[in-house]
Amino acid sequence: MLAWTIYVSFLGAVAVTLASGTSQGLIRVLALLTTLAGLGIAMVAVAHDRSGQLITLARAPWIPSLGIEYHLAADGISLVLVLLTGIAAVAGVLFSWNVELRTKEFFALYLVLIGAVYGVFLSFDLFQLFVFYEIAIIPKYFLIAIWGSTRREYAAMKLVLYSFAGSALVLAGMVAAYVVSGERTLNLETLSHFPFPAHFQMWAFPLVFVGFAVLAGMWPFHTWAPTGHAAAPTAASMLLAGVVMKLGAYGCLRVAIMLFPRGLDAWGFHVLGFGSWQQVFAVLAVIGIVYGASIALVQKDLKFVIGYSSVSHMGFVLLGLMTLNQIGLSGAVYQMFSHGIIAGLLFAVVGRMVYDRTHTRDLGELSRLPLAKLIPFAAVTFVLALMASIGLPGFSGFIAELEVLIGSWHAFPWMSLIAGSGILIGIAFSWRALEATFLGEPATAPEQALPAITLPERLGAFLLLASTIAFGLYPKLLMNLILPVLSGPLFEQLRRGNWQ
Amino acid sequence: MTGTSYPELLWLTAPEIVVAMTALLVLVLDLGLLRRSALAFRFGANTLVAGMGCLLALLVLLNFPAQGELAVGMLVVNPLTQLVQTALLAIAILVLLLVNSARFTTHVGEYCALILFAITAMMLLVSTQNLLVIFISIEFLSLSLYILTAFDKPSRQSAQAGLTYFLFGGMSAGILLFGMSLLYGLSGSLALDRIAIAVKVSPGDPLLTLAMVMVLAGFGFKIAAAPFHMWAPEVYQGAPTSSAALVASSSKIAGFFALFVVFYLGLMGAAGSAAPKHYSSGWAPLIAIVTAISMLWGNLAAIAQTSVRRLLAYSAIGHAGYMLIALVVHSRQSLAALVYYVITYALATVGAFGVLAALENEKVDSIADFRGLGKRAPGLAFCMLIFLLSLAGVPPLSGFFGKFYVFVSALDGADHFGLLWLVLLALAMSVVSFYYYLKVLKQAYVSEPSAGAATVAVPATTRIAVWATAALVVLLGCFPDLLLNRIATALR
Repeated sequence: MLAWTIYVSFLGAVAVTLASGTSQGLIRVLALLTTLAGLGIAMVAVAHDRSGQLITLARAPWIPSLGIEYHLAADGISLVLVLLTGIAAVAGVLFSWNVELRTKEFFALYLVLIGAVYGVFLSFDLFQLFVFYEIAIIPKYFLIAIWGSTRREYAAMKLVLYSFAGSALVLAGMVAAYVVSGERTLNLETLSHFPFPAHFQMWAFPLVFVGFAVLAGMWPFHTWAPTGHAAAPTAASMLLAGVVMKLGAYGCLRVAIMLFPRGLDAWGFHVLGFGSWQQVFAVLAVIGIVYGASIALVQKDLKFVIGYSSVSHMGFVLLGLMTLNQIGLSGAVYQMFSHGIIAGLLFAVVGRMVYDRTHTRDLGELSRLPLAKLIPFAAVTFVLALMASIGLPGFSGFIAELEVLIGSWHAFPWMSLIAGSGILIGIAFSWRALEATFLGEPATAPEQALPAITLPERLGAFLLLASTIAFGLYPKLLMNLILPVLSGPLFEQLRRGNWQ
Repeated sequence: MTGTSYPELLWLTAPEIVVAMTALLVLVLDLGLLRRSALAFRFGANTLVAGMGCLLALLVLLNFPAQGELAVGMLVVNPLTQLVQTALLAIAILVLLLVNSARFTTHVGEYCALILFAITAMMLLVSTQNLLVIFISIEFLSLSLYILTAFDKPSRQSAQAGLTYFLFGGMSAGILLFGMSLLYGLSGSLALDRIAIAVKVSPGDPLLTLAMVMVLAGFGFKIAAAPFHMWAPEVYQGAPTSSAALVASSSKIAGFFALFVVFYLGLMGAAGSAAPKHYSSGWAPLIAIVTAISMLWGNLAAIAQTSVRRLLAYSAIGHAGYMLIALVVHSRQSLAALVYYVITYALATVGAFGVLAALENEKVDSIADFRGLGKRAPGLAFCMLIFLLSLAGVPPLSGFFGKFYVFVSALDGADHFGLLWLVLLALAMSVVSFYYYLKVLKQAYVSEPSAGAATVAVPATTRIAVWATAALVVLLGCFPDLLLNRIATALR
């Protein structure tokens, strides 16, 4: 059943392409129904999962001569991310209700992207995962280059080249793993039990990890993210920050860490004070947290503020992954979900509610507008979204970042402190953005009427807010999905070694 | 040569004979009956007859798979050569579909006949293991291609391309012949299996090294590998589109296959190793250098191109590099990977030239001329998207699987990860290639059409050819086993 999230999205894309081009309304409704179907399926699957086991959804030989299979399967972590994709996809359609330019192509590409993302989260054959991963890249290019804003063609090309560079590393690791195992399979479950030689894991792990982490916005490979987010149309930024960056983080966990856990062991010698890849990437993650937040603090463009904050928040995901303990890893997965929702919400407010109405994202210009009076709904949403973003209790971000911090406190205490300071900077830039946009006292208030917030926007905002609050108040809902996986057989090799 | 059975010879070369006879038939038909008919009708009739001939040859090939060897390897027909010949004929039919809507010449019969002669030469080239026949086939093929390149008589560019091609080709033929004569002197035989025995005895002979360099240079010209590639951009740009399609696709298949056969069967003993840790001199390190230069130069120079055809030429040089990796590995698996790669590559290239052929009347040459193609010819633009993404190696298109398989065979080979450096270089360069392929696609889809640009009228046959090719590229990418199983069976 869950496999239909993929098929429905691709079928939706085909349906949108075939729909008569004149009726934009019909196309929007089709897209909305498609994403709703995906979300519905995801929710049913989440509600029914109590086992914590890997459920095979579809399995058939694909390229038998190489032992490659078409293998869709889901465990708790996949489910969490599929649910996130469902929510973000529906919200994205609602917030792109006003796309007038080449509507048909927009939603067709959008749905292809969604389908590919579902595909990545549900693939349990590495080859197949990679195929979906790359399919997701092409629509991103066109979504940004055609419907984007600031320096869109540059940003789109940059994003795509970074993505492909990352996936080239992944491809190298994948081919190497295939050859080294000699099992003539790329099945993730089989490979997760395969004892790859330690020296092989030592170089395969960083290769694959960095390859995926490029898309997760790891410093110093993050620079595609702010430019890409800023240039992309609202729905694409929501998906980019909300879901696509999670593809990278998911790959780091599902492929790099799950297959090559020995790559995280100590090298046995020290270079510049680093003794293992674990420490290297943890430091990069922490730099990302602090750097992203600090840069966000001095940005003039509101979308860049949110874009850099994404880099910072994704740093928490990577830090959580590097803790290698249950609480840190589960925090990382929780942060993937939480940031997906919150980043979506922030980009929706900034891109759709504010920019599409005022046609400026410059903080200076925005501060001269009485936005809080003109679009109060946006103001309230933005405040709530920022509260969630800085990790106030009651929102999902709180649980996630807390867990990551606790996890990293066990693993590397002093880094935990620096990462914590990143949260403080986060509060500062959030306050600055809020003050400039909605709280500031406009010097002279030229009363210009802005179009009212539309119903789709309200629905989308409600959906995202409800999600972040619901999963903030009741984290057990998702934790019940995540924790059994981490203590399950897939991560057995990881637990045997460096589990802390 | 005693005991050659002529019935068997006829039987084994039946497909080639069919193609060659069709070429003569086309000549007679056009010169005898159609001389005064309208140009459009002549193009239609001639390509129809030529296409039927290829189809007939294809049917003969598929339904009566004779196998055997004649005259110590002069003619070798086995399932693998037949598979490659099938691909050659299929691509020939696609090219003839493109010719159908061309109008650049009044010598229609000659043009179609030359295409058929070129196909005959390619088919002979892949079904031999004898240096003499290889050389004659290459010359036969090259001479046909020189004329095809220069066929657009009113066009200066075409003449220039033809001359360039001819001069470079003539020189490299000399070099190739010199290399072959050295091999003959070393082994006393022109048959590859005899040469293999002689090479095994004295793999370190300096004369042998010289011979290998010469042979490689000669073939490097044929497959447009750097630094023997100078003619390619000129020919791709200047030649009539259908000629360029032929040069870029099927002649590559035949060239790569023959190259692999010569080195794999004839010179195996002197392979050496290109792996840094187990380096030993031989042709593998030599080809590894050519590979690296081709990948680097082809992909980097393609960035600077403004003409789509020149861009395709440089990307072809890069692709020649990827394919040569399979030769550096020289295992059975890598041969399978090479055959898959070169066939799917040829398909994507024919498709891309098909799109260019459809835009012939628009005088499309520079990348900027693709502006708004997505609006002006949505189907055509979509096919171009498929071809270029396949060339770039985006899954699930066949270009991706080709690369994947070549890389697997490279790491799986005898050197075991010793060739990782070539794989990593190839991966890095394929990231570069995304940039220039996307540049074309950006014009097609992102830029708005310039004011007053009308929709493009695409001739029906070209449309069929382009869509069929696109379907094949997708199909072979999604289900590579359709081709892989055949290759595996043939290799057994």
